[in-house]
Formats: sequence, structure tokens, C-alpha cells
Amino acid sequence: MSAILKTEKLRVEFKSREFRQATKVALQGLDLEVNAGEVFGFLGPNGAGKTTTMNVLLGFVPPTSGTAFLFGIDVRQPIARQRIGYLPELTYYYKFLTAEELLRFYAKIFGIARDEADKRIDQLLKLVELESARKRPIKSYSKGMQQRVGLAQALINNPDLLILDEPTSGLDPLGRMKVREIIQRLKNEGKTVFFSSHELGEVETVCDRVAIIHQGELKTVGRIDEIKKQHHATLEQAFLEIVGYQPQTAP
Amino acid sequence: MKNIFAVAGVVIKELYRRKDFYVLFILTVLVCLIMGSVNIFNDKQIVRYLKELCLLLIWISSLVIAITTTARQIPAEREQRTLLPLLAKPLTRTQLIFGKFLGCWIACGLVLICFYVFFGALAASRDHAWPLLNYFQAAFLHWIVLGVVVALTLLGSLVFAAPSSNSTICFVIVATILCVGRYLDAVALAQTEPFRSIIYAFYFAIPHLEIPFEMRNLIVHDWPLIGWNFIGLDTIYMLAYAAAFLVAACLVFRHKAVN
Repeated sequence: MSAILKTEKLRVEFKSREFRQATKVALQGLDLEVNAGEVFGFLGPNGAGKTTTMNVLLGFVPPTSGTAFLFGIDVRQPIARQRIGYLPELTYYYKFLTAEELLRFYAKIFGIARDEADKRIDQLLKLVELESARKRPIKSYSKGMQQRVGLAQALINNPDLLILDEPTSGLDPLGRMKVREIIQRLKNEGKTVFFSSHELGEVETVCDRVAIIHQGELKTVGRIDEIKKQHHATLEQAFLEIVGYQPQTAP
Repeated sequence: MKNIFAVAGVVIKELYRRKDFYVLFILTVLVCLIMGSVNIFNDKQIVRYLKELCLLLIWISSLVIAITTTARQIPAEREQRTLLPLLAKPLTRTQLIFGKFLGCWIACGLVLICFYVFFGALAASRDHAWPLLNYFQAAFLHWIVLGVVVALTLLGSLVFAAPSSNSTICFVIVATILCVGRYLDAVALAQTEPFRSIIYAFYFAIPHLEIPFEMRNLIVHDWPLIGWNFIGLDTIYMLAYAAAFLVAACLVFRHKAVN
């Protein structure tokens, strides 16, 4: 299998703006490989460095040292983003646009021809079940609908790699189920999905492999059954053990 | 270029789907119609005051629309996190800045067309004349000035965190240039060194937006047309400032964290 997402000794430091405050190390020596066609879960507690990793992969944050590649192209080059789709966490899309207009705008940025864009928009709105709301302004959408329109925009260019940052965060069980079904469908279509989540049950359902990151360091990476076998525990217990959680005992 | 036009298209849609423009347009129309309906002191030249008032309102409204629309562009993208999916696509930061600039500038042009058509109709109802070329010269240079204002505000939106502070600062700068910009050389002459050199430096550094602002007199006092070579030179002069502000904005944005 070929790695379509790769990081080598990735290190990111954020200099503090406060006087005499120490530099914060967000990522230290991260080596990661995601193969074509797999659904890869990126797990870690809050502040572990998941979003920073995604920000480096998308060219939002320059690495302090190390390199990151998408499809073998350095992520600092905009062309590396031609074949990816990205869904950020908690985004509020342009309220004055309709879902159809929003998707058409993103299609234009990818240089998709009008006829092809029309077909793609129809397919995507059907996929995310927003056909009936396509002409409504996004400001009238519920949170779940906004998240689904976000998924549709991430898929507008028919990407080979999808990067999803906590795609089910803040959604009700029904919304979560719908997003999970879409990821499952993308997996069946042979797409590569790289996503972060706190929902371990969901990760267990859809992921082929997972990586667990804590305090900017990669703690483990592998198939879910292998990790469970290694720790003789459920994924949640293994996760807590890896991040060094100590259960508090009653006094 | 397609990316720049795509971003510009969204900005234009935003302008005509928000209420700001309609409110300012209706206010200008109402004030002008009310003032036009009264005949103070039976003055036959009253139409000149009406034209002057209408043009002043058009200038104020267009500056308010240009500054407020531009000031919220990048901060709103950051706040609502739409900047992330946008820059995750094959769109460079420079293209985004130029797209925002073009969108705001074209939107201001559309606003000016509405305002000047109303002005022309109002003036024609009293003067029974359509000096179309004079209107075109005034409106064109007005639009060019708005290009400089939009570029300045875009730069400000990357430097100042809050859109409100950026809007206030830009409005004060533009109003100061329009009102006192042309007197700075005279002020400098009356000073001793080093203040003379400092004020002269300011005089030559600021964009002299007041030249097109004075084009109002062309219409109000029925002056003859200005030479087209002057219009061309002033356009080049203004666009050079707009380009300088845009380059500065691109440089600032290049080093700005987007997350």
C-alpha cells in the first residue's frame, strides 16, 4: 500500500507572546503514514496536538522542523491540496448563501466546469440529505444540517483524501449516525479518510487503523484489534492507559 | 484569476443580501427628496444646495458602505472559521486578498451607479439637463477613491483585531485626508524644522483623495469637463496607492496564523 499522507519528524513550536513564557511544543517528532483507501482515526485528549497536525497538513501552520507530504507533495505547496477535502470543527458557513451556492463557489475554486459542478452538487446534496433545503439560506439550517453541508463542501472535488476534524462534535445521536454512515459510504467507495474524534465507539465502528497522540507525541499506531490485544482491554481502556489516566479512588 | 473572481462573487452577493446598502440608499433618497420639496427664501439657485447636499450624502454613504463591508471580510472569515475550508482548497492567501478587494470594489461600483442614477434624476427634475459626461467623470473618480479606501481597510482588517476599531480608524484617516489633506503643505510652510520636513513628508506620503472629492464642484457649479489626461493621471496615482496597500496586506496575511 502507498502512503498518501506522510509526516517525518514533524515538530511544531508556538512562541509565547507573554514575556518570559516558555515556548509551547505542540508536536514533537511526529512520524505518521496513512495508506490509500483506509479510514484512519487520529485520537488524543484535548490539547494533544490533533488539530495542530491537521493545520500543518493543510498548510495553515508551518512546521518548526520536519516535513509533511500529501500525495508525495510538500504541504507548503497549494497544489498539494488539489485532491483533498477538509471539514474543520464547528464552522459556520456563509449565512447569506444557500447550500447550492456555497457548493458552486467551492467548485469554482477547484476549477470544476459548470455542467460537472451541477451534477456533483446534485449528487452531494442527495448524499448528505439536503436536497429539499438546497435553496434555503444556510442561516436557517440546524447544527446537524450545517455539519452535513460542511461534509458536502469537503467532497465537492471528489477528493482522494478526506481530512475531518471532529466531524461529529456537537451533533445529536441522529446527526452523528448520519455522519458515520457517510464516512462508511466513502470508505466503501475506496476513499481515504483521516479523522480526529473523541467518540471511541464511532472510531471502532469505522476505522481500519488508529493513532493515539498525547502531549504532541505519537504514543501508538496500529489496527484497533491489535491495540486492544496489546493492552488486554477495550479501546477506551487502552486509550486511557496510553494517555496515563489514573482513576481516582474514593477516600 | 478564476479564484479571485469566485471570491469576489461571494462578496458582491453578501452586499446585496444585507440591509446596509438599502438603509443608506433609502436614507439618502428621503433626505434629498425632503430637502428638494422645500423652497427656502425663494432662492432660484437652491438647486445647487440640493445637489451639493445630495453629493455629500452620496460620499458619506459610499465611504460607510466601503469601509464597513471591507472591514468585516477577513475577521468574519476567521470568526466563523470559513477561512479554514477556504484555504484548505487550492486558493492562495494572495488570491483571497485580491478576491476580497475586487469584490468590495465592484460592490462599491454598483452602489455608486444606484446613487448617481438617483442623483441624475433628482438634478434633472430641477435643472432639466443631463450633463452625463460630468456625472461620469465624478462617479468614475469617486469609484477610484473607493478602491484606495477598500485596499486601506483590507490592510487594516489584518492589523487590527476588531472590525469596529479598524472601521473607526479608517474612517478617521479618510475623513482627515478629505478635509485637511490639501492644506498640509501650507501648514508645513508655517512651521520650523524639523516639523516642516515631517509635515511635508506626510503631505507627500498620503494619498490625496481630496482631488476627486472636489469633483463635486464640477457638477454643483456646472463647471466644464476636466481633461481626460488628468482623469487618467489621477487614476494611475490612486491605483498606485491601492496596489501598495494590497501588497502590504498580502505580506501581513502571509505571516498571519489562520487557525
